[in-house]
Amino acid sequence: MTPRPITIIGGRLVLAEGAPRPGAIRLVEGHIVALGDIAPEPDDEIIDAAGKLVTPGLVDLGVFAVDKPAFHFGGITRAALMPDQAPPLDHPARIRFAAQSGKPDMWVHPLAAATRGLEGREMAELALMREAGARAVATGRHWIGDSGVMLRLLSYCAMLGLMVVTHAEDEGVIGPAVATAGEMATRLGLPSAPAEAEALAVARDIALAELTGAHVHFRQVTTARALDLVRAAKARGIRVTAGVTPAHFMLSDLELADFRTFSRMSPPLRQDADRLAVVDAIADGTIDVIASGHDPRGPEDKRLPFVDAEPGMAGAETLLPLTLTLVRDGRIDLARAFDLLAGAPARLLGVDAGVLRVGAEADIAIVDPERPWVVSSEKMAASAGNTPFDRRPVQGRVTALFKGGTRID
Amino acid sequence: MQPSNPNTPRTGAYPDGGLAFPHRDLTGIGRLERHEILYLLDEAEQWVELNRQPQKRAGLLSGLTIINAFFENSTRTLLSFEIAGKRLGADVVNMHAATSSVKKGETLIDTAITLNAMRADAIVIRHASSGAVRLIAGKVDCPVLNAGDGQHEHPTQALLDALTIRHALHLPRGSDLCGLKVTICGDILHSRVARSNILSLTALGADVRVCAPPALLPAEIEAMGVTVFHDFDAALKGANIIMMLRLQQERMQGQFIPSPREYRHLYGLTLDRFARAEPDALVMHPGPMNRGIEIDSQVADHPTRSLITSQVESGVAIRMACLDVLTRRARGVPGWARTTGGAA
Repeated sequence: MTPRPITIIGGRLVLAEGAPRPGAIRLVEGHIVALGDIAPEPDDEIIDAAGKLVTPGLVDLGVFAVDKPAFHFGGITRAALMPDQAPPLDHPARIRFAAQSGKPDMWVHPLAAATRGLEGREMAELALMREAGARAVATGRHWIGDSGVMLRLLSYCAMLGLMVVTHAEDEGVIGPAVATAGEMATRLGLPSAPAEAEALAVARDIALAELTGAHVHFRQVTTARALDLVRAAKARGIRVTAGVTPAHFMLSDLELADFRTFSRMSPPLRQDADRLAVVDAIADGTIDVIASGHDPRGPEDKRLPFVDAEPGMAGAETLLPLTLTLVRDGRIDLARAFDLLAGAPARLLGVDAGVLRVGAEADIAIVDPERPWVVSSEKMAASAGNTPFDRRPVQGRVTALFKGGTRID
Repeated sequence: MQPSNPNTPRTGAYPDGGLAFPHRDLTGIGRLERHEILYLLDEAEQWVELNRQPQKRAGLLSGLTIINAFFENSTRTLLSFEIAGKRLGADVVNMHAATSSVKKGETLIDTAITLNAMRADAIVIRHASSGAVRLIAGKVDCPVLNAGDGQHEHPTQALLDALTIRHALHLPRGSDLCGLKVTICGDILHSRVARSNILSLTALGADVRVCAPPALLPAEIEAMGVTVFHDFDAALKGANIIMMLRLQQERMQGQFIPSPREYRHLYGLTLDRFARAEPDALVMHPGPMNRGIEIDSQVADHPTRSLITSQVESGVAIRMACLDVLTRRARGVPGWARTTGGAA
């Protein structure tokens, strides 16, 4: 059955560039067929956005769980699933299954495990996984410590045209660390590692990207030094891109006070100077992507001593409002915010979405950017409420969401 | 050595009743005010006296149950808490759970809930993870005492060290440690004893130096108000008190230190080195010692300048004071019964 065409009127369209433009958008058979100064056709279902923003659905580059209620709450219509599943996404059949797991109202783009079992030793069947629907390759939660393995992986992925998403922390330096070295970790007596562990890993992977011509995407770059390296590499034309999650531009390691395990992240929260460097890097374009890193964790993983707790946060619901704080602070404009959240990740994954353009997939959100609400870990749509933003007042909420031209309720 | 701070509260100068120590738990020195530390030290004085009598029993905690839940191996701290509880007349039960077996089965929270359901009147906890004691404190109804949590804090050790110093210098009740130069040498990075002592000694006005190779010093330790030294001789110059820390054997097999004898070469407190401190300088060690590595026997057993056995003696008194003070609310001690307060 073909869904009835929809025309969303009365909204302000967030386009790839410029300020939001008043106009309408028409969705037919899963695609955007017209937008701007248009009128609905006679049989269209008409939806009045009533002055709210009409934006592309978010494309979340790097989540650890398929958690539809949380994604839909947060306006996320596509998510790239990290290979760190049980079992890992290191086999074509698992990729094929994962790629179907959200349809029809949520598209999951699985990231193929770079190595078998994510152990960082032997390459997985990357070309077969690409055939099965993998949009890119990822090293998972960990860095590949063996530079020889990484070199061969990148040269192979360069040939296959697959982007490699990497986690950038030198494992020899981090050891058992659960925090960034500094006064906070020292006072709490937590095993910590210097923030330079990230720059070391980024430096190596930039060198290997240059050598092989592969596209390396650092899923999270969270320190000033590593961001400087990425900035310089981009200036030299090396194919590297960078992402970050809101935790690293909103919070610093002061959140670890009282051993709050909801603030345990990987990489760990940094000192405030690094947080400010992340904001600058978002503003100047060094950072390409803001993702949720959505990793819902129940009390069995979090109600533990800090060292024993698992890292990660349920971030899908807060991704949009926290990114909008950067708009309100004047660091980026709305068009850029949605490029960070949708346009850029869609381009990196090679999917025709993430932007309001005729011909693109009709993944659309209606967003009230001002609407205030309070984050509550008790009442989240996610399968677990592990958020360091509990009880924080935020602004910006999705009021309607369309995947492939069909409204999601 | 005279207390030089005019604000030093003297006995009788503390707030009334429970306001003198308004905390339910003792999870770390970091949550205590200077006068609260002094209050506990002063409270311990009576128990030092009692412990020197042939009849050492006081009935204060008669009928109360104290659980010593030790998730990490300990001999002396466990024994010290057990003796402290028994001398106060409490029923003391020791729960010895190796971390591994607890990890296999129930979670720490479940263990805490179980202990709580047994209606303990105080729980003393040692655990290998920093913050574990505070986690448990949030789940039980009775006072919780930290007997060491990971690399975070060991508050009763710092209190007993301060009491030991006061006694050794013949300082009266109420005295702080202003003007004293204290050098803490050894594995600062992994030491909860060092952290608690830094917090307590700086709060009491002492000038604290830490000395270790860079790999055994935590980042930005200066922010805790200490001066950092790598050269032991320099750190000893002018020191009144030298606190040596134990370096675990596995950390001097090449990971942090090339070998035990190399560690001794750089940081071992020999008689020669001891002579570089002030002439009447005193030495302390929380035990157990690696004799011949971080400290030589001639120093550790020095008849007048080693405080190591005094530390053990003060330990019992300090733990009696902590158990007494923290159970006053439940015992309905006048002035304490209705005090409320958060975790300390």
